[in-house]
Amino acid sequence: MTRFKELIARNQTALSARRKTVNALMLSLTMLTTVLALIPLFWIIGYVIYKGTPSLNLDFFIHLPRPIGMDGGGVLHAIEGTIVITLLASVFAIPPGVLAAFYAARNPNTTLGIALRFGTDVLSGVPSIVIGLFAYAVIVKPMGHFSGLAGGVAVGILMLPIILRTTEEMLKLVPHTLREGSLALGAPEWKTSLSVLFPAALNGIITGFLLAVARAAGETAPLLFTALGNEHYDIGQIITSGVAQKQTLGTILQRIVDQPVDSLPLTLWKYAQQPYPERVQQSWAVALVLMIFVLLVNILARLWVEFRKR
Amino acid sequence: MLKYIKLLPKDHWLSRTRRATGYGDIPWQALLISSSFLLMILVLAIGVMLWNSSADARHQFGLSFLLPTSDASWDPVNNQFQAWPFIYGTLLTSLVAIVIALPISLGVAVFLADLCPEWLRLPLNWLVELLAAIPSVVYGLWGIFVFLPAFVAPVGQGLFDAFGALPVIGVMFAGPVPVSGASRLGAAFILTIMIIPTITAVTRDVLLAIPSSQREAALALGATRWETISQILVPYGLSGILGAVILGLGRALGETMAVTMVIGNSIEGSPSLLRPGYTMASVIANEFAEAVTPLHTQALIEVGLVLFVMTLLLNLVARFLVWRVTRRMPQEARV
Repeated sequence: MTRFKELIARNQTALSARRKTVNALMLSLTMLTTVLALIPLFWIIGYVIYKGTPSLNLDFFIHLPRPIGMDGGGVLHAIEGTIVITLLASVFAIPPGVLAAFYAARNPNTTLGIALRFGTDVLSGVPSIVIGLFAYAVIVKPMGHFSGLAGGVAVGILMLPIILRTTEEMLKLVPHTLREGSLALGAPEWKTSLSVLFPAALNGIITGFLLAVARAAGETAPLLFTALGNEHYDIGQIITSGVAQKQTLGTILQRIVDQPVDSLPLTLWKYAQQPYPERVQQSWAVALVLMIFVLLVNILARLWVEFRKR
Repeated sequence: MLKYIKLLPKDHWLSRTRRATGYGDIPWQALLISSSFLLMILVLAIGVMLWNSSADARHQFGLSFLLPTSDASWDPVNNQFQAWPFIYGTLLTSLVAIVIALPISLGVAVFLADLCPEWLRLPLNWLVELLAAIPSVVYGLWGIFVFLPAFVAPVGQGLFDAFGALPVIGVMFAGPVPVSGASRLGAAFILTIMIIPTITAVTRDVLLAIPSSQREAALALGATRWETISQILVPYGLSGILGAVILGLGRALGETMAVTMVIGNSIEGSPSLLRPGYTMASVIANEFAEAVTPLHTQALIEVGLVLFVMTLLLNLVARFLVWRVTRRMPQEARV
């Protein structure tokens, strides 16, 4: 009898020891996977900083590319192009995105509301290269040439679902009482939306917009056959020559958007494939600039959210 | 100005417009609804455009465009197009990426949702999200010059040595491994890194959305934390996790730049994981701007159509699964 008891006791301790070991093992394994998943992040950031910093200087930001073999030269054309494309994309994406978000936040259960949510999901899942094909078919082909405008449309389509979704989430967070108070005071729906709901949700909307811009600035695939790339793109020169020839503002703006433009990721992609070490070297610097921009915007946006929460 | 409309007689045209438009609400509603329609029209237009612009290629090649063949030709000069090598490359790299990324993402999600100390949670969430924020060309650049030679080439050689001579699966690990490391394996690894944040974020939200009563009941019955996670939480959120996997798969299928830079862009017949390949997105990226003939353009657009339909179907399934698991939960899981 005592032996039996002893056996049970030993068995139980043995069993629980095994369970404890498995538990400790698996829990440390999850910790290990977390470290494993973050290794590439630090590896990439560290390496890009290490390779990119030496060729970062003022010239890099204020000059156009020079022919291979000549020193200096920068990526001003790509910086300007990125700004133009991102601005165009924001202009195309923000108004419909925010307006549709108002609808989605207010009517989540109507047929159109459900269809809208589904459409947003689908659109955010469409590969960016396919969106590039679409922009090619609707803008580049009818116009007959590649242009910054087409690039802006393509990136705008990519931004649209992001902006819609974050705006909708933020509008849903606004307390009902604000809305009802405004309506009770006799304000019509549109006035309530614009002067009560919108300002209340504005911080979140701006955060969402910043994240969308960070994503848009790093996109390459939709620009390959819409914006195409242009090593001689120089807005300063377009404006000075335009002013000298007394062109109207409309003509100058048209010259800025209606020709092929470059962007930072596009330049990176082209330079990385060239056999010249100088170009590859510069592509690391472009990667550094791009990464700093994207990470900075991300961190600022998130800090802003955390800060507002307190 | 608007204030004085009130002072006008009731049958003045301005007062009547104002009443008829519901004090501005009807135009406002119209604006909102038309914006919403715009988005859906956009989705439809993408589908219709891809369908229409690939009409000739679809008629000419029919199903043989998609069917598996061992000696597919992609010949712009003779206008012979078969997309199987690209479809195969996309599917293989994405599936391998999912198989590697799933256990890692599950581990990270469990750690973030359940085990992580409170002070570490926010920074870790940030870091995982930063991994998703790095532009895909930067992944590609790092892939070409650092990751392929330093990691993929030796791992590929190791796999070749270990499995290359085996009878059946040896085909998948046939060599020789390119010296540069540019191979389907490299693309699969890069994709793994890129989809870990997607799968992790959704899985974490699904785990967090599980009612704590489940967790507490399991612990109260004497289960260890690991048993709680593996036997209670993961089965409970299984369809949500499956949805996360499919979302990750969707992202992997459509990923273009990084893959194009590391996969080697070759349509040779070998099905081996260790040889260079091609994917649907990369062939469009590489050839579309310089397409030789109209039929070449159309064939590339048809490849885009296949990609679109694939991601569309995957998204449908994923949303359905996530919806099914979050529907019965009190707290809404964000996807």
